[in-house]
Amino acid sequence: MKRLDLHTLGPIVALIALVILGAMLNSSFLAPANITNVLARSAFIGMIAVGMTFVITAGGLDLSVGSMAAFLAGVAIIAMNAALPSLGANWGTIILGMIVAIIGGLSAGWLNGALITKARIEPFIVTLGTMGIFRSLVTWLADGGTLSLQSELRTLYRPVYYGGFGWITWPIITFAVVAIIGEWMMRHSRFGRHVEAIGSNERVARYSAIDVNRVKLMTYVLLGLLVGLAVVLYVPRLGSASGSTGVLWELEAIAAVIIGGTALKGGTGRVWGTVVGVLILSLIDNILNLADLVSPYLNGAIQGVIIVLAVVLQREKSTADER
Amino acid sequence: MTVLALRNVSKSFGPIEVLHGVDLALEPGEVHALIGENGAGKSTIMKILGGFLDPTQGDILLDGQPHRFSSGPQAEATGIVVIHQEFNLAADLSVAANVFLGRERGGFRLDHASMRTETVALLDRLHSPIDSDALIRDLSVPDRQMVEIAKALSRKARVLIMDEPSAVLTHREVGTLYEQIDRLRGEGVAILYCSHRLDEVAHLADRITVLRDGRVVRQALRGELDENGMAAAMVGRELQDFYPEKGTPDDTIALEAVGLNVPSEVHDVSFTLRQGEVLGIAGLVGSGRTELAEGLVGLRSATGEIRLNGHLVTIRSLRDAFAVGLAYLTEDRKEAGLLLDKPLRENLTLATLERFGKLRLDIKAEESALDHATQEFDIRAPRRDMPAGKLSGGNQQKLLLAKTMLPDPRIIIIDEPTRGIDVGTKRQIYAFIRKLVDEGRSIIVISSEMTEVIGLSNRVLVMREGHIAGELSGARLTEENIVRLAMGVSSEAA
Repeated sequence: MKRLDLHTLGPIVALIALVILGAMLNSSFLAPANITNVLARSAFIGMIAVGMTFVITAGGLDLSVGSMAAFLAGVAIIAMNAALPSLGANWGTIILGMIVAIIGGLSAGWLNGALITKARIEPFIVTLGTMGIFRSLVTWLADGGTLSLQSELRTLYRPVYYGGFGWITWPIITFAVVAIIGEWMMRHSRFGRHVEAIGSNERVARYSAIDVNRVKLMTYVLLGLLVGLAVVLYVPRLGSASGSTGVLWELEAIAAVIIGGTALKGGTGRVWGTVVGVLILSLIDNILNLADLVSPYLNGAIQGVIIVLAVVLQREKSTADER
Repeated sequence: MTVLALRNVSKSFGPIEVLHGVDLALEPGEVHALIGENGAGKSTIMKILGGFLDPTQGDILLDGQPHRFSSGPQAEATGIVVIHQEFNLAADLSVAANVFLGRERGGFRLDHASMRTETVALLDRLHSPIDSDALIRDLSVPDRQMVEIAKALSRKARVLIMDEPSAVLTHREVGTLYEQIDRLRGEGVAILYCSHRLDEVAHLADRITVLRDGRVVRQALRGELDENGMAAAMVGRELQDFYPEKGTPDDTIALEAVGLNVPSEVHDVSFTLRQGEVLGIAGLVGSGRTELAEGLVGLRSATGEIRLNGHLVTIRSLRDAFAVGLAYLTEDRKEAGLLLDKPLRENLTLATLERFGKLRLDIKAEESALDHATQEFDIRAPRRDMPAGKLSGGNQQKLLLAKTMLPDPRIIIIDEPTRGIDVGTKRQIYAFIRKLVDEGRSIIVISSEMTEVIGLSNRVLVMREGHIAGELSGARLTEENIVRLAMGVSSEAA
């Protein structure tokens, strides 16, 4: 077992400090309603960030996830609205929408991965391109406005975001399951080991009979699947999608991965760290909204400082290793 | 009057001394050839002369005065120009910009016209049709070499150090190169010329220095040493009692390759490997040895027939090769062999993870595989969980060998089995190879160390420019014969 050094514990210490700070600043911070709110809102970015951890660990990057989420939400809403007259306002229609979102996510992830591994284009370039494409497509589908789910369907679908077992709502449950499976895959599966090997040294992986392209492609497909899953849970929250849905989600997801201790250059993946990273980002947002200490408008600045700080700590760790 | 000289120069890297008391003098108007096997110390000498390395002991004499360079650029300022084997050209800049890189003409605004005119004049002198505005990245390798030479000419060199300049040139371009060397010699430039091509050394050199194991073993004037004499002087060593006794292969053919081609690297190579045999592959670096091996195991696309025990097999990927019992140990331990930042266990099992659990990896089984491997291959690690990069070179190599053997291959291709490892571990590796052969496996050893190929192999194939130049065994398996075949010297000593 690895020794737990300050670097590994850093994100957890920061999370605990934030919880204590929040509790001191506002008594309603620890109220179940607030905790549910924070966790449920973390779930979208959280699931995407778990997928992003695999992509980054294998040495890749995906900038398109925010636009992809908006696009998938738009397509799912259009599909459900279109099916409403024939199927009626029932779960069949909603499950159809869910399937559209999931299959769309898998296909979009496959598209990114195929362009990267088969056409051999830099991940940054490919996903910068698809980011623009998805964003533009959803704006076009909404004709510049908002795509809204029909109200009967919206009422039926609502509990998927707001319901659950008491304060443990479905997004929280799904996020937890995704995080546990993701952590397990990274640590205990052949796929996780291959992902780390490719990020550590792609050439060594190739010379070790690993199908490098297939594994890389799978990381993007996995991320697409999780974006689809996030959309399934996001649509019932507002029941609509527009050109401004999911803006900057990609950067939040990448930030969470980095704060969690996964190296941006790849090779070492920490899914649990990513989960902690997501929670840190949401808590900062939540605390700023609850307390009057600092303007919520400075949220981005504080998150930015934390991201830079996390990377500085990472670098100090690696230079210490080299000595 | 000697321009540049080394007097009793030694050089150590850590505890290892690679040059021992070398004397070398470069005279104006003279072409001085420096020859020796791979690892004899040629490049270290060139780096010291060019100011890129400091000698550990001894002096560099410039115009008879002891001199110490602080950096390569300073050496250039004193008129010493090195043309490296790996080009020092900026790929995205134009030819003219490269020729004047670091010494641009003009003040605040660059004087493009004058630089272009001079570059055109220099290229004309080299009879080279290269456009001075072309980008380096668009030029062929020989053209880039010509730009390097033009750059050296523009620096008004007093001493020109050339590291195998003809290796990448076509026949006609080599002619131009010789012309320019003659012209520079006439102008009184001192030229140090390193080459593996003994025919051109005999043709060009006024003086020859032969280097072996970091020592000057022979100095000769033009005409005193023929090509066979050079080869003998470069080698000139007795085989020590360093290798295990050779095994006796069976008559069964374990592997037969027919008409193997790797595009632009390996051309029409056919050979057989018997069960229990060690087959050596010798040849210069770049002769296609590694490419042949990588083509065999599916790491490079190759055409041709491969038969294992008489059965035709198709190998398109390393996984296919594993499936038919063929494995490859790379020459590039640090960049293709091991994940230096990962622990021993993860390195050992990386290529064979499917054997360690279907869904969930069985870490206990991996640990016991590591126990077994550390014992069998005597891997000495201070801590089990340390990253592989922290192991000594020898232990890294043993770990890589253990990793390669984990799929239990019947045929193993070992590329540079002992590069950069200490003598004690070398012996161990040789013993492992013998043991593998005794178990009925067959081995192909690729090595630049001739004593190693000779000491280990039952037969040796010598490669040259992607072809098999010849096969040697028994009494004909000598270093002189390998050198002749590898360098394309046709006449074989009786």
